Amino acid sequence: MPSQLVKEYFRTENLPHIWCPGCGNGIVTRAIVKAIDNLGLNKDEICVVSGIGCSSRASGYLDFNTVHTTHGRALAFATGIKLAKPNLNVIVITGDGDASAIGGNHLIHAARRNIDITTIVFNNNTYGMTGGQYSPTTPTGDKGTTAPFGNIDTNFDLCELAKAAGATYVSRSTIFTTNMLIKQVENGIKNKGFSFIEALTTCPTYYGRKNRKGEAVDMMVYLKENAINIAAYDKLSEEQREGKFVVGEIYKSNRPEYTEEYQRIIDSFSKGV
Amino acid sequence: MIERNVKLMQGNEACVEAAITAGMKFYAGYPITPSTEIAEISAERLPKVGGKFIQMEDEIASISAVIGASIAGAKSMTATSGPGFSLKQEGIGYAVITETPCVIVNVQRGGPSTGMPTAPGQGDIMQARWGTHGDHSIIALYPWSVKEIYYTTIKAFNLAEKYRTPVILLLDEVIGHMRESIELPNEGEVEIYNRKKPTCLTEEYKPYKVKEGDIVPEMAGFGEGYRFHVTGLVHGETGFPTNNGKIAEELIRRLIGKIEDNKDDIVETDEYLLDDADIAIVAFGSTARAAKSAVDTLREEGIKAGLFRPITIWPLADKPLVELAKKVSRIVVVEMNLGQYYLEVDRVAGKYTKVDRFGRVNGDLITPQEIVDFVKEV
Repeated sequence: MPSQLVKEYFRTENLPHIWCPGCGNGIVTRAIVKAIDNLGLNKDEICVVSGIGCSSRASGYLDFNTVHTTHGRALAFATGIKLAKPNLNVIVITGDGDASAIGGNHLIHAARRNIDITTIVFNNNTYGMTGGQYSPTTPTGDKGTTAPFGNIDTNFDLCELAKAAGATYVSRSTIFTTNMLIKQVENGIKNKGFSFIEALTTCPTYYGRKNRKGEAVDMMVYLKENAINIAAYDKLSEEQREGKFVVGEIYKSNRPEYTEEYQRIIDSFSKGV
Repeated sequence: MIERNVKLMQGNEACVEAAITAGMKFYAGYPITPSTEIAEISAERLPKVGGKFIQMEDEIASISAVIGASIAGAKSMTATSGPGFSLKQEGIGYAVITETPCVIVNVQRGGPSTGMPTAPGQGDIMQARWGTHGDHSIIALYPWSVKEIYYTTIKAFNLAEKYRTPVILLLDEVIGHMRESIELPNEGEVEIYNRKKPTCLTEEYKPYKVKEGDIVPEMAGFGEGYRFHVTGLVHGETGFPTNNGKIAEELIRRLIGKIEDNKDDIVETDEYLLDDADIAIVAFGSTARAAKSAVDTLREEGIKAGLFRPITIWPLADKPLVELAKKVSRIVVVEMNLGQYYLEVDRVAGKYTKVDRFGRVNGDLITPQEIVDFVKEV
């Protein structure tokens, strides 16, 4: 029996979803919906925009105004939607390859503009839809179907990237720490500006198998054991940080939001008319 | 007394003025010669009419933002030139399959690649037709004067809305930068077409169902209570993706049919002194201006020449071309490329009359005298 949350916010006629057994994408999608429910937002005023890849298929399952766009371009489409209808709550669902490889340019510029879009990256460290190729977030040395001898690329820290580019809300959580993730999505939506939330998720089918990470549960346990809250992380030495990663609200700031700034220009012409 | 609004205007400027008259409320673009004035003037004009302008980070982002804004309900346009037009093909294909109205202006320059950025060219005739991947049809229009740029831009928006499709407005460096006097119409003097919106109950809305008697599905905007899904994947009437081959075939055939079966409404051509012509020159854009002058010279010399000018480049004006071929003894296609439109003319008209081509790709305009000399030679 689907839960009340599923009945209210999912297009149940399109279920079951396409994700593999053990995939973490469903947990992240539920967290987004739970955050929307907690905020009590009107479904007609929510627009979910996604790119291409496993995670980007989520838009089709959600009962909002939804667009499944082209590879990497979700943020560019979302920018047009937000400017045309600033009253919409625009949420972008994307993956690590979609957001930071083919869509990397759009990510840094959306952050730079501080346009009021909440971006949630489902980071599973791989290109799942195409069969497990290495992505910009595949850790150096790990394997992918296109990195048979180990990945020699340096991987991105997506949160540092978003922060440096100008995002005004930056956070990271995992599919194990779902309450934290839900809260972050709520805060991201509430932030009037560009919000970037990295949700660490798992791909046992490709990334996990290729790198001998065990079953889906083993991969979740790994996320649990190596995630360190930002307050605790700051106190650790370089040595103690080895193999660990930060979760929590990493960065918050306040600066003018793009669509509001544009509206000011429009208003300056309509005065006295 | 009716006030006349006569202005000296550049081609690119006329394009923006017309777009605003047609209801443009969103423009996203990226600077590229020789189309940049369209972005600059849009940036200046749009906020004054409550519209939005944004300079995006690249050409693909621009077309993506344009499509997003149109799905949200705003009439949208972007402008570019050859290299940018190549990049925009990804988005043009998305607009085709999602049936999102938008206008893409391509002020053509010499190519391929960076080519000759400040020189005119007409080398994107086939890129306009087949630039994006997969089977599809497309509408592309090509005016030849500042006045015609104005009216053709309005037509581009109207066709985009009526047929729910991207419409490509081809210009070239010469007509984009040329200045001519133009009398602008007064409000209410031009016909503006707006996309048909659904009136059914929200739960009954099928975003890709074509109602009996309609050409395209009704299009809701985001935030209007009709929560629907848009995808570049093959989809049925509900808008959700499917792997069903029958639905895929039906969709692709419908998308092509809505344009190809309505050529009588879409295709526009112009002619000059063709009634008694023995030789027809076929040309468009700035080249057609030289061709018209060549027709006059040839007539003075006793050669019965005329000009056939397709304003609609795609879908192909095949019926008018066949009629033309049946009444003249020769057709000469003149274009600033090495025969892109010629191949199409020869395909449909070649069995009725001899078709020749005169083209050039050195960045110089084709002069009337060169056309006269070529016609005399053949």
